[in-house]
Amino acid sequence: MHQVEIATTRETLYDSPEMVLNMGPQHPSTHGVLRVILRLDGETVIDLDCDIGYLHRGMEKIAENRQYSMIAPYWDRLDYIAAVSNGLVWVETVEQMMGLEVPPRAHYIRTILTELNRIASHLLWLATHALDIGAFTVLLWALREREEILKIFERQFGARLTCHAWRIGGMPNDAYDGFERDVRQFINNFPKRVEEYETVLSENRIWLSRTVGIGVIPAADAIAIGLSGPALRGSGVAWDVRKARPYAAYADMDFEVPLGENGDTYDRYLVRLEEMRQSRRIVEQAITRLPDGPVMAKVPKIIKPPAGDYYHSIEAPKGELGCYLVADGTSSPHRVRVRPPSLINLQALRQMCIGHLVADVVAIIGTLDIVLGEIDR
Amino acid sequence: MINALAYFAPPSFLDWLLLKYFSPETVNYVLWPFIQIGAVVTIIAVYALYATYAERKISAFMQARLGPMRVGPWGLLQPLADALKLLTKEDLTPDKADPYIFKFAPYIAVVAAFVVLAVIPFAPNWGVITDVNIGILFVLSISSVGVLALILAGWSSNSKYALLGGLRSSAQMISYEVALGLSLVGALMFARTLSLSGIVAAQGRDSIWFFFYQPLGLFIFLVSGIAENNRAPFDLPEAESELVAGFHTEYSGMRWSLFFMAEYAAMVVVSAIATTVYLGGWYLPFVYGLTEERGFHNLYVILSIIIFMIKVAVLLYIYFWLRWTLPRFRYDQLMDIGWKWMIPSALINVVLSAIAIFAVQALDGWSGYRTVESVRDGLDLTRTGKIIVIIIGWSGLFITAGLLSVINWRSRDFNLKKQRRKIRLIDLPKGRPAIAPAAATAPATQTPAPAPSE
Repeated sequence: MHQVEIATTRETLYDSPEMVLNMGPQHPSTHGVLRVILRLDGETVIDLDCDIGYLHRGMEKIAENRQYSMIAPYWDRLDYIAAVSNGLVWVETVEQMMGLEVPPRAHYIRTILTELNRIASHLLWLATHALDIGAFTVLLWALREREEILKIFERQFGARLTCHAWRIGGMPNDAYDGFERDVRQFINNFPKRVEEYETVLSENRIWLSRTVGIGVIPAADAIAIGLSGPALRGSGVAWDVRKARPYAAYADMDFEVPLGENGDTYDRYLVRLEEMRQSRRIVEQAITRLPDGPVMAKVPKIIKPPAGDYYHSIEAPKGELGCYLVADGTSSPHRVRVRPPSLINLQALRQMCIGHLVADVVAIIGTLDIVLGEIDR
Repeated sequence: MINALAYFAPPSFLDWLLLKYFSPETVNYVLWPFIQIGAVVTIIAVYALYATYAERKISAFMQARLGPMRVGPWGLLQPLADALKLLTKEDLTPDKADPYIFKFAPYIAVVAAFVVLAVIPFAPNWGVITDVNIGILFVLSISSVGVLALILAGWSSNSKYALLGGLRSSAQMISYEVALGLSLVGALMFARTLSLSGIVAAQGRDSIWFFFYQPLGLFIFLVSGIAENNRAPFDLPEAESELVAGFHTEYSGMRWSLFFMAEYAAMVVVSAIATTVYLGGWYLPFVYGLTEERGFHNLYVILSIIIFMIKVAVLLYIYFWLRWTLPRFRYDQLMDIGWKWMIPSALINVVLSAIAIFAVQALDGWSGYRTVESVRDGLDLTRTGKIIVIIIGWSGLFITAGLLSVINWRSRDFNLKKQRRKIRLIDLPKGRPAIAPAAATAPATQTPAPAPSE
């Protein structure tokens, strides 16, 4: 990562018009424990560097000493906002290494719940992003809808945030009684709520002036950095893992991929709002066609994938979440590597911020939608 | 019964009580001022305290929640609980801060906010604390002292966030003060006096609020006032998402709450000035006829105070409403609005007011029109004159909007809606499923596992 030259000697500090500002790790809008070192001229950002690792827990190393089924709960804590998606990438990787055939009902329920999780994650993004730009009311409106999703999660998994959702080979138990009713109730109410956010923000002149043309990243640069998810699609690159390599039951679903044009903060905002609508569409299709049957495949007592390496990725709310797994034929993996979308999206921060003001830095951190649990692992 | 109550109304009852023990000179020049100061400070402090409660409740209803509900019925005692909490908190001074300035800054803020209240006429007669003949100038000069507190607080905290907050607030308050002062000029031209009670009297005599003559003036005054008070959407100095808490980042306990108090008191002051100058102050039709004419003098005064407070509360509601609806401006955009929109429109407003006054005076006596009744105490207009001025005043909104749009035609913020693009929805072709429908065999390109050497 690029290094900011921090003024340490007396001359640099007092003689230059520049100021070094430490934003974070305890700052209200760095979304966790991100430390951003800003070099400012007045309020204009000249240079910027990120310091990460305050939340490092050694997930990948821990995974080397655990059995395959024991690793899944750790994976839920990567991106704690989207625990369901994170759990999914692990179980699907192992399932594919072992060649397990997961029953279709389990696939459909996985699709429903990960899409609900995507909506919840985007709602939390909208809430915090709007709060960073100063629209406080949207925060509580978005959390109100997220609450309904979390209630469904609580009934299904017994936890609201770090829900340990899946088992290798399917699901630990079938959808609870009334699952369908709850989901339908949510998807019926949801479009009106998105309209509400649009009313408050989309046409708002202050919102426009804070987001249009801020943090622009052209499509070529976005690809070069390796952005994924809404951050990439905001720049107009058509790439969605759900379409490119459909997993779970996405092959059966009809949905469209929203693409931005400018690659600025406003486009990414619109893309995420539209993604929430498309997710709702997917959930509606999946809940209508939900097949009957078992939710758990026949899985050996001790999970021992054949020796080899395998990469599988899914479209997590933040972007392409990948898992590279090297197995050596024993009951625990030889090496696991996560492709964390937040970490790679964060690399665009410097290019996006330089030349903007301090106020834009928070807006840009918000629009990248990072979660430090995933960056530091 | 009303007469019996009126006997216990503040001035006569207290006068009677005080004159029993003190000489008339002491009562008039020493005791009464202290009583008035105490009463105003207490009432406004409680008013500001309950403004925080109102704000929390209003924001709660806007955000689909309840707000404070635990302390007292509907949380009515919450402000008192907050005050108690803040009083008992530790008063921290940062290690490298300049201790004297750091400790002194909050007092400047509070004093600047409260002193202005001395010249505001809350009601006729004993509702006027002091009637200074340069009232408006006094208000403007004292309220610009408030910025000193923010700069000192920001500077002495020895924190970069506080420093940035202090610098932002000084730039912001100085720029918006210009527009704030200029916006009042139009109303002063109609009132022909700088005394605040004189302005209220001019509106009462003419039976019209200056809001109808000066809609643009009120608009500019309120916008600049909100900016002057550092309230959302102009709350950059304390922008919590960027600068943690801006100039009061390092403050805690009572000193922090003094800043908080000063902010709310300053909001009350701006609303009170707007009420006095544009909304007729304590003046409301019918009240005079129902009370004063029938001899209930003190009842008239007390009702006038209540009317004044209600008008102030309506303006405060606008503050809350805006704060919980709009996002925050950026620093440079704020300056753009101040210098490119607010100050030019305030200047246009002055010119338009002059044209309006010139027009009614020129039309007076022309082919039998009578527009001006008298110009002795202020500009008293007849019905025809009022209609002419109102038409010019409201068309001023469109004239200003048109002129400024021409000036700012090419600026970024003016063309935002054109700049934004729509997103496209595309249906991507589906790729090969990651999960084969049939039982997948282990990947063909299987590499021999590296032996765990550790």
